[in-house]
Amino acid sequence: MSEVAIHHPGSEAFEPSLFGTYSKKIGMWLFLLSDTLTFGALLFAYSYGRISNPDWPTPFHKESIANATLMTGCLLSSSLTMVLAVLAAKRRDRSWTRNWLLVTMLFGTAFILLHGMEWSKLIEEGMTPFKNPWAASVPQFGGTFYTLTGMHMLHVTIGVIYLGVVALRKKFLPILFLLWLLGWLAIPASSVFHVGIHVLLLALIVAAIVLFLKPKDYDAHDVEVSGLYWHFVDLVWMFIFPLVYLMSTRI
Amino acid sequence: MATTAPVHVHAAPQGFIRRYVFSLDHKVIGIQYYFLALAAVFVGMFLSLLMRIHLVWPTAQIPLFGEIKPETYLTLLTMHGTIMVFFVLTTAPQSGFGNYFLPIQIGAPDMAFPVLNMLSFWTTFVAFVVMIAAFFVAGGAPLHGWTGYAPLSAVPNSGPGEALGADLWIVSIAIFCIASLMGALNFITTVLDLRAKGMTMMRMPLTVWAWFITAILGLLAFGVLLSAGILLLMDRNLGTSFFVPGGLNFTGQLTVTPGGLSPSTTNFTHHGGSPLLWQHLFWFFGHPEVYIAILPGMGVASQLLSTFSRKPIFGYKAMVYAIMAIGILGFVVWGHHMFMSGMSPYSAFAFSIMTMCIGVPSAIKTFNWLGTLWHGRIRLQTPMLFAIGFVSLFVSGGLSGPFLAQPVLDIPLHDTYFVVGHFHLIMGVAAIFGIFAGTYYWFPKMFGRMMNERLGQIHFLITLLGTYAIFMPMHYLGLAGQTRRYSQFTEVAYQTKLVPLQTFMTYAALITIAAQFLFLINLFWSMRKGAKASDNPWESTTLEWSTATPPPHDNFGGQTPVVSHGPYEYSVPGAPRDFIMQTDPATTATH
Repeated sequence: MSEVAIHHPGSEAFEPSLFGTYSKKIGMWLFLLSDTLTFGALLFAYSYGRISNPDWPTPFHKESIANATLMTGCLLSSSLTMVLAVLAAKRRDRSWTRNWLLVTMLFGTAFILLHGMEWSKLIEEGMTPFKNPWAASVPQFGGTFYTLTGMHMLHVTIGVIYLGVVALRKKFLPILFLLWLLGWLAIPASSVFHVGIHVLLLALIVAAIVLFLKPKDYDAHDVEVSGLYWHFVDLVWMFIFPLVYLMSTRI
Repeated sequence: MATTAPVHVHAAPQGFIRRYVFSLDHKVIGIQYYFLALAAVFVGMFLSLLMRIHLVWPTAQIPLFGEIKPETYLTLLTMHGTIMVFFVLTTAPQSGFGNYFLPIQIGAPDMAFPVLNMLSFWTTFVAFVVMIAAFFVAGGAPLHGWTGYAPLSAVPNSGPGEALGADLWIVSIAIFCIASLMGALNFITTVLDLRAKGMTMMRMPLTVWAWFITAILGLLAFGVLLSAGILLLMDRNLGTSFFVPGGLNFTGQLTVTPGGLSPSTTNFTHHGGSPLLWQHLFWFFGHPEVYIAILPGMGVASQLLSTFSRKPIFGYKAMVYAIMAIGILGFVVWGHHMFMSGMSPYSAFAFSIMTMCIGVPSAIKTFNWLGTLWHGRIRLQTPMLFAIGFVSLFVSGGLSGPFLAQPVLDIPLHDTYFVVGHFHLIMGVAAIFGIFAGTYYWFPKMFGRMMNERLGQIHFLITLLGTYAIFMPMHYLGLAGQTRRYSQFTEVAYQTKLVPLQTFMTYAALITIAAQFLFLINLFWSMRKGAKASDNPWESTTLEWSTATPPPHDNFGGQTPVVSHGPYEYSVPGAPRDFIMQTDPATTATH
């Protein structure tokens, strides 16, 4: 059995790609396309529940909108720093690529923390996936809220870890381990995040397998592809923020 | 043009595990998918056998199983449908043959993402194991049908099997969605990015077009089912009410379900959810899924009809556009599965019109198939027989489509055997014939030996006549008002008169199922003892026949083929042979 011929996409032996780009980027675009449908289905479920329940509550007041606006600000800023990271990667400026990626991750982490605190407060107020204190006949309010924002939070978390792997490679693994351990010990056992933090452990295992199987340097293309994912996650929030928060505001 | 690190360089693996179990080679993965589907189809077929026996001899003692209870009948129905649709009709033609032949037919050394490819197979495998596990947990497998209609599926313990079995069913489907998404992404990228020089989009074989469009459908459809599955799991275990309205009454109890994962409360009171939401989400996936099952069969039929008629496919471009049209229309017709739900007549009208539009590209395809056969020098070898059988079944099953597309006819027919006959012919058996055709056609390339021709012909004859004998009478039963999903008719007074026809169908099923063992014997016997196959036994034109049999690890022995011809250049005037391979050097006589 012979070694497989090395194939560079776009090399002479192959037809030019239909979109003039490389496989990984196409792959990411396609993943995002399918993810759009996944989020689309959840947003459809939300709209359906909302339209069919005339007593839909509008409990969000000034503080929670301020909080959500701050979260939005975090994500918007992170998109900007992500663009700067991609530009730095294209200049082959390794240190600034890493720095901007780290700043992006920082904004993402801030988003997750703000979001987690908001969740905790809502749970304290008695809002769960199956009931809420404002409208007993509309359990869908909590259900759709936690499903949509939870799914999005999961995406942001995966995004932060993804960027961490691209920015720091194996050096990111101990950081991720510490984050998991810290989170697990610091979060009280009564909180949902006590269980939820294990997403980090799972991601740690996956990241370790990926990094040890394929110990490569991540080039500008990898940064660009991770950027596509990150911008998509931001974009999804731009739908969730008005639909879930602003439309449920008591003015 | 961007230059980047090579995307899929991997050496030929040496150890058994890396070569045959966790292989990155798309050909091995294709065969793995094929055998997974083969195992699944025999499970699904066995379930249908139990159903057919129970329908006409409800008190029969079946060895090892005893007498089948009516609720077990619904379980059999659910698992038969689920296993057949997901693990056979989606797995074999698309993931099995697609994996093996899509890269070869476009001249690529492998898929764009080989690791993802391996992952998607093993994820599918896990999904299958979880699905089968549902049989063995307390309460057994669910009975909510392959469509998993809420609220039956959304409320724990709403019936026998709706306990852990139903949770496993949903989890299995969710895992399957993830596997299919990975596969679809890989297929599309491979087609867009890894075509050999000269393999323009409009020179791709129709099989590749079919797999490509099917992958796009899968990419867009499975994400929605994934979300729906997550919501359904939440309804069952977290007490949400997406699909459960208030005040439902199951076996004398209101839908207050015992607390699941949450420690703060003991009971959930469901309120305000909509079972129709599930139907919308499910059928938004479910209708494209029907085309995911049948499109690869159409591709195989097109390829084979052209090859064995020794004629170019009639209207290649029309075929490509028809596949695209079917794919697009498939996303806007899901409502026709829901005419019974009491939807607004205006929406029903819109869905009805869109559905009937699908008749146009389907008819284009049929006429082009017939046009290909017309005046061809037809070689009636086994693959060709199954390809013709595919067209026959596609037409027979398809003709009842325009009936069911009209709400006014669908409402009386929907819950009868008429629909059962319709979808079994067009989506079930036709797709299976596509798989058979592909198996007989590609077996020499995959295993280096020929399948037995005589056994194949006998298998074809019994299967074709048998499936018609099983499914044609269903149309009459449906028109006569025989309801579907009933576990037995022998004790329902107004339906007993139709029992003789049901008995006839059961006998036909017994014979047809027995004939499938001929196929199995032929498959495994030929693998070891069949006549050695040459590199191009059918005198085909596409790329897989220009490489060695079986193909080397990188498909073309370290080289990338150069394509100078369209896929179906048969009987070209002035050519030295009656076929011009796609890799033959360019001449002025061709395009």
